[in-house]
Amino acid sequence: MGADPTLRDRFEHGLAAPICLTWELTYACNLACSHCLSSSGRRDPLELSTSEAKALIDEIAAMQIFYINIGGGEPMIRRDFFELIEHAVNQKVGVKFSTNGTRIDAEAARRLAAIDYLDIQISIDGADAETSDRIRGVGSYDQARRAMDHLRDANFGEFKISVVMTRDSIEQLDEFEALASYYGAQLRLTRLRPSGRGVDVWESLHPTREQNRRLYQWLLERPQVLTGDSFFHLSALGDPLDGLNLCGAGRVVCLIDPVGEVYACPFVIHDEFRAGNVREAGFAHVWTQSPLFTSLREPGSPGACASCGSYDACRGGCMAAKFFTGLELSDPDPECVFGHGETALEARRVTLRPTPSPDHSKRVTLRLSAR
Amino acid sequence: MSVSATSAFDASAPWQLSEQVSLRDEAFGALAYHHVNRRLVFLKSPELVAIVRGLSSFSSAHEAIDAHVDSSQHQRYVSALSSLFNSELLSGR
Repeated sequence: MGADPTLRDRFEHGLAAPICLTWELTYACNLACSHCLSSSGRRDPLELSTSEAKALIDEIAAMQIFYINIGGGEPMIRRDFFELIEHAVNQKVGVKFSTNGTRIDAEAARRLAAIDYLDIQISIDGADAETSDRIRGVGSYDQARRAMDHLRDANFGEFKISVVMTRDSIEQLDEFEALASYYGAQLRLTRLRPSGRGVDVWESLHPTREQNRRLYQWLLERPQVLTGDSFFHLSALGDPLDGLNLCGAGRVVCLIDPVGEVYACPFVIHDEFRAGNVREAGFAHVWTQSPLFTSLREPGSPGACASCGSYDACRGGCMAAKFFTGLELSDPDPECVFGHGETALEARRVTLRPTPSPDHSKRVTLRLSAR
Repeated sequence: MSVSATSAFDASAPWQLSEQVSLRDEAFGALAYHHVNRRLVFLKSPELVAIVRGLSSFSSAHEAIDAHVDSSQHQRYVSALSSLFNSELLSGR
């Protein structure tokens, strides 16, 4: 996808159906990554039943949504995981799912390899166990590597290795590239966002301005590296990165959470960005009728970025990154390449940042010693 | 599998939308998605969408184009179909 300006304008007004629909199947997770976008851990007792989930897939097929991105939590924890993805691909709704890999043993890998229109993203957060496990928990890197081994042995084909760019992982770009090439996999890098539990680690882990510049250059030289349009805020540095280079929230992107709530994008699980629930009138109704989505499709104001010559390149950056760092949506992106975001962060009025609305993190048990 | 730049689109041959491709109408034209190579392609005019949908009812791409646009536009749509062909969206019949 090149950056066609007229097409970009069309997209800002929204599409008949999303291009990129993310569906978090469950909030249950066997890991507890420190940057989890959805604050996952515990299953929500109200999560969509198998029959509700299948009805949603039928509606997605009817809307001609070509593929869905399934995540969680850890989606493979759901007992009906295979039943649901098979229900989707049988209707030619492609599935790309993100997993920590812990449930991909040799048998699961063979089963996955037999399914058409299926794509898998295995998440790691470092090119070695020490770096990755600091975020994802002890043993998680080795488990992810075992899953990759199983997929390779089952001849799954080209899967994806997905990495969130932190201050540490961004120093290992060449190692990630080598790892992907070792498996014949595709590398996918995404932005660390202050969403979910990420709000607690963002300040210490988000890349420095100098690191972001290096990342931009590295990505420009490697258009084959996938980014999910994550780094469009860096396009202000010069030539646009591959992708639409706009905030797709409510326009080309949205998120359905495990209990059927529809949010504007995967990074804004918060009441302010909740458009409706698929249980009420169905997903198509929310996509076409929600007042929130209608307002997101109106031309945005450049706000504080109006006087910056690069506004056309970055469009003010990521809504979620602003919101969860306590900035106004009319402020620059907190990681603005020219440093305007840092100035805005220093001047921000709110000292209490918004926290994600539903928190499914595992409860921490405090042991009180009895005397 | 990628198609090399030298492989040419023959507009005098009969074509159809590949069976691996889905088309979804949009206000600007349509989105096309290739389920195997996972490429997303934008058809940026309703006329192009009509031509592509009609390809299978004509014995050549030239005829399909002439049925929907006037001759001054003909070459433009041959180029548009050629680019769809290079994205593996069209298959021969």
